[in-house]
Amino acid sequence: MAKQEVCVTPEECKSSQFWMLLGLGGLVVLAGLYAFFTLEHHGHVLTGMNNQVVWGLPHVFAVFLIVAASGVLNVASIGSVFGKQIYKARAPLSGLLAIAMMVGGLAILVLDLGRPERLIVAMTHYNFKSIFAWNMIFYNGFFAIVGLYLITLLYRKWKPMSKPMGFLAFFWRLALTTATGSIFGFLTARSGYNSALMAPMFIINSFAYGLAVFMVVQSSMYRWNNLRLDEGIRRRMKNLLAVFVGASLYFTLVFHITNLYWAKQWDFERFILVDGGIYTLIFWVGQVVLGGIIPVILLFMPRSQEGQRICFCFAAPLLVILGGLAFMYVTIVGGQVFPMDMFPGYAVSSTFQDGVIASYNPSIWELMLGLGGIGIAFVATVVAVRVLKFMPQDDFTTMYMRRSTD
Amino acid sequence: MSEQMNHPQSDQDQADRRNFLKASAAAAGLTVAPGVLLYGIAHSRPEDQAVSDKVRWGMLIDTTKCAADCNACVTACNTENALEGRTGPQDSQWIRKVSIKNLQTGAEHHLPMPCQHCEHPPCVDVCPTGASFKRADGIVLVDRHICIGCRYCMMACPYKARSFVHEPLTEQNPEVPRGKGCVESCTFCVQRVDRDETPACVEACTADGHMAMLFGDLNDPESEIAKALKGQRTTEIRADLRLNTGVRYQGI
Repeated sequence: MAKQEVCVTPEECKSSQFWMLLGLGGLVVLAGLYAFFTLEHHGHVLTGMNNQVVWGLPHVFAVFLIVAASGVLNVASIGSVFGKQIYKARAPLSGLLAIAMMVGGLAILVLDLGRPERLIVAMTHYNFKSIFAWNMIFYNGFFAIVGLYLITLLYRKWKPMSKPMGFLAFFWRLALTTATGSIFGFLTARSGYNSALMAPMFIINSFAYGLAVFMVVQSSMYRWNNLRLDEGIRRRMKNLLAVFVGASLYFTLVFHITNLYWAKQWDFERFILVDGGIYTLIFWVGQVVLGGIIPVILLFMPRSQEGQRICFCFAAPLLVILGGLAFMYVTIVGGQVFPMDMFPGYAVSSTFQDGVIASYNPSIWELMLGLGGIGIAFVATVVAVRVLKFMPQDDFTTMYMRRSTD
Repeated sequence: MSEQMNHPQSDQDQADRRNFLKASAAAAGLTVAPGVLLYGIAHSRPEDQAVSDKVRWGMLIDTTKCAADCNACVTACNTENALEGRTGPQDSQWIRKVSIKNLQTGAEHHLPMPCQHCEHPPCVDVCPTGASFKRADGIVLVDRHICIGCRYCMMACPYKARSFVHEPLTEQNPEVPRGKGCVESCTFCVQRVDRDETPACVEACTADGHMAMLFGDLNDPESEIAKALKGQRTTEIRADLRLNTGVRYQGI
């Protein structure tokens, strides 16, 4: 591995690759902005969202990014809070990704508002009984706390403060994801939500999605710099991801078993698990098999004949991310299309889609807006990695000093 | 006056007359005052006076009188509030006719479904900016100036009572401001209630002779609706949520 290929200083970076990535991300962001202005002008009539399915594809992307943003910070927390050396070296990248994804997710949420120009209203009028209002406080606090935490990690003079800031960031992100899960958990009227399990399930899912995103980004960065990640580090991270994905599957199981225990939830469970069409398909194929079981199998794949462990350190986390988007789609959209049971024991019909499975066909504008949010996170990461030292530093110690064992 | 000068009355007579007038005024005052007070509570208030929580507006809907093929309440609502009257998935419907059929007995009922104007409205609880609010007299409204269009209230409403304005609007009723990107729902025709009138749907139902909808002050024991609620078994939809709705149903 040639030393000069490591992108430690801006001068050493490959400019053409950087500009290509920036251009690609910029185009996606532009497409998202175009979708926003179009929707702002014509209204949400251009989307597939309606009065039954009020949150659609943009929210799937937005909530995924927000949940993954808090989860990706776990990498830093394992370093600062639990003192693991290999994670300490990755704390700056973890903090950067957390901020970038949070910006991307919130951008989608804000740009999808009916009145996005009233963001200032949302920042100045708080109904403290609303968990949504609390989320806004947690999001803003997240930027401030993770921003300061990043400074303590990058600025040598402030290094001693990184541990207490790491603790604060860790507890803040737990509170944030609790609040995000509770946005759905507190919806008492709908069969698909209204569960105390929502908050912990969102937390454990955030662990999995965040680490998966981190591993994908880390693998890409190493590959682009022609570096090979230390075997020990890879093993530790992939094992941790497998544990998180397993825990996520466990929560999915408990969530549905709990629902199946209540007779009033049977119809909803039958819809999601058996005859819900596209939602059942996305649940089993996307969330459970592709996003859960297969990644766990890949991550625990036995040694090959050469004695080298095959690490699906890119493919497996990518599948976990796919599974995360599937979880969000089934939870957010599936939970809304299922009719609310206002008259138990009666068949219901009306001009307002009462008593029937609501239809939702996402439009291209929604997809563009959602991908635009990912584009924002991507561009922010690419630029930050280019101008600051976010490349995990243990590689250099590995290359020149010793193999990291922690 | 000249007569008084010509026929002066004794002091005793004058004192008796004064006492009589005083007593009459007091009696008249005592008789009229409660009426005036009740009138003040139950009826329209001056514009500069705040809404009082002594009143709680409510509606009683008798499903046995609601005809299957009648849509008068919906049409009246659309006209009063300048709604387009379309019924696509993205169109606003502040009140809708719902048909229900008992799965066991096959018995069918038809009922209008407006916002239920809950005492503990989930839409108000979840609104991040406080745009969803409940007036002191129990009417649940959306402040169009601070609604950011997040639609969380629509997620939270157990009755699907709310609609989101999906496209630009024209030809609005100046008394009922609406706007693209905001959430809206039945207001109990608050502009009419404040003028001491009944909501348009109730008026239309009565005018059509169905008399299925009754509107009034739930807090006034003498009101028709309070008497009807006292004497009849009524149903609150999703009573399990304990929201204490302002709209009650009879016959289901």
